[in-house]
Amino acid sequence: MIDNYLEGSRMKSKTYKRIDSSKGRKKLKLSGEYMIEKLLMICAGISILAIVLIALFILVRGLPLISKIGLHDFLFNLKWDPTRGSFGIGTMFIGSLAVTLASMLWSVPLGLLTAVFMAEIAPAPVGNLMARMVELLAGIPSVVYGFFGLVVIVPLIRQYLGGNGMSVLAGAIILGIMILPTLINISRDAIIAVPREYKEGSLALGATHYQTIRRVIVPAARSGIITAIVLGMGRAIGETMAVVMVTGNSTIIPDGPLSAVRTMTSNIVLEMGYAAGDHQAALFATGTVLFVFIVALNLIVNISAKAGSQNVAN
Amino acid sequence: MLQTNFKEKMITVLFWLSALVIVGILIAVIGYIFVKGLAHVNLDFILQAPKRAGKEGGISTTIIGTLYLTAVSLLIAVPLGVATAIYLEEYDRQKSRFAFIVNLTAETLAGIPSIIYGLFGFVFFVIFMNMGWSIISGGLTLAIMILPTITRTAQEAFLSVPGEYRENSLALGASKWQTISRIILPAAVPGILTGVILSIGRAIGETAAIILTAGSSLGMPLSLADPARTMSVHLYILAMEGLSMERAFATAVLIVVLVIIINYLANLSLRRLGVTRGR
Repeated sequence: MIDNYLEGSRMKSKTYKRIDSSKGRKKLKLSGEYMIEKLLMICAGISILAIVLIALFILVRGLPLISKIGLHDFLFNLKWDPTRGSFGIGTMFIGSLAVTLASMLWSVPLGLLTAVFMAEIAPAPVGNLMARMVELLAGIPSVVYGFFGLVVIVPLIRQYLGGNGMSVLAGAIILGIMILPTLINISRDAIIAVPREYKEGSLALGATHYQTIRRVIVPAARSGIITAIVLGMGRAIGETMAVVMVTGNSTIIPDGPLSAVRTMTSNIVLEMGYAAGDHQAALFATGTVLFVFIVALNLIVNISAKAGSQNVAN
Repeated sequence: MLQTNFKEKMITVLFWLSALVIVGILIAVIGYIFVKGLAHVNLDFILQAPKRAGKEGGISTTIIGTLYLTAVSLLIAVPLGVATAIYLEEYDRQKSRFAFIVNLTAETLAGIPSIIYGLFGFVFFVIFMNMGWSIISGGLTLAIMILPTITRTAQEAFLSVPGEYRENSLALGASKWQTISRIILPAAVPGILTGVILSIGRAIGETAAIILTAGSSLGMPLSLADPARTMSVHLYILAMEGLSMERAFATAVLIVVLVIIINYLANLSLRRLGVTRGR
């Protein structure tokens, strides 16, 4: 019976049916069990339905416009003038990349150092305290970070570096803070998952703790660290509220860190309220580009992670 | 030898410094908002309705809006997420292709940015289903967003229920569903609760998806068909339109306080479970 339970219930319900077919009451109960299983399966299927609907409704609204003006023109045309029929998101495409890469420039090294610190160097109480802090950092909503950027980072940049403060730099600072928890948590888990024997072997061979971290532990955790960076990047590209509050949102190509910039996500949230017709379709097309890019990023990471864990299991 | 020692020491210092920077960032963000905003938080601010587009008065209607939206999304997502987890962990133990796809979908849903959910909610619930900017449109959108969190934590909760529970219950003659509903589900409640708490945190902070699906009306939402503004949306509009910085700071304080409370509760329920949270 327990074996049946573990081997999946389809077999079990068949067995039951045969045994109980003489007793009507039990058969009824049995089919109740069968109904419950199917009902649960339908519930599990709803998340699949959700993602299919999301893809369908965004693509249906966005793709016609992209195919009308051509993907190349849509992505690289620098003129965004939706009320006059010019739908190029080139400046925002570059804007999203610029802010994302600039944010990763400082948050990836800081995040990785902190992850190694928490997993390898910190005494247990300090490591636990850090974990709580990182969780709190992850829990603060993006609009609060955006607000903090608006009232602290932007004025600081305006005062000490010039310009009006709303800039790529402000966006990069705020976005970097926001992806730190993703970077730290995933890479810390990867470092913790490195088998103890690796470390012990290295130390037994006379390597110092630091040499062990650099030559043994970090290389062994490499795939997890890459996952952390890729997912952090996905998070940065998709972030909206914090970026829209601090980057100034002009549709120009940024000519430096102090230049104002608009990202693809900001474009959607800024104009969705009043857009209609082709203008609205252009915003859905912007969403289509984002959606395809981020889902592709996530699928690659998740499938390779699952394949990796299966290899380990085998 | 001396040089190596020195180098190692410097590197250790570097590690401690980066951890300090993280702590510093957290303290700077929370500290600044508290110092600037705490003076403007009082009972009137919480209990009074906003006046003149939020320039005056309190934020009572946005607090109600936040609670309403959160409750609706939980009512939809918790049963669905728990049912999904039951199916994946209790019925489909051999990890069929279906289970693989469901798991992959949950991971992918978790990675989709909120602005995309907003676009979807707008075109599907608001326009296609003709629900308009309303609590129900926002709640349904939010429910899809928190579904992966609920499902994943519930899955972990079911996994952590010892196998003997199942064996003993089955040995006593209970059916599979009796075993699940009377034995396993109650044992998994603390873990499910953790997912619920984390989801409340996400619901409170969500902004982009809510603006596009629930609107930003300042009125008191009464029915499911009414539009609503949440505290996060209110903070965004106050700050971006420069309506009232004092009230923006005070709203931010309340949001941060809620986040800290939720974080504390999540940790409490996790510690009782004796597991650590993933990402």
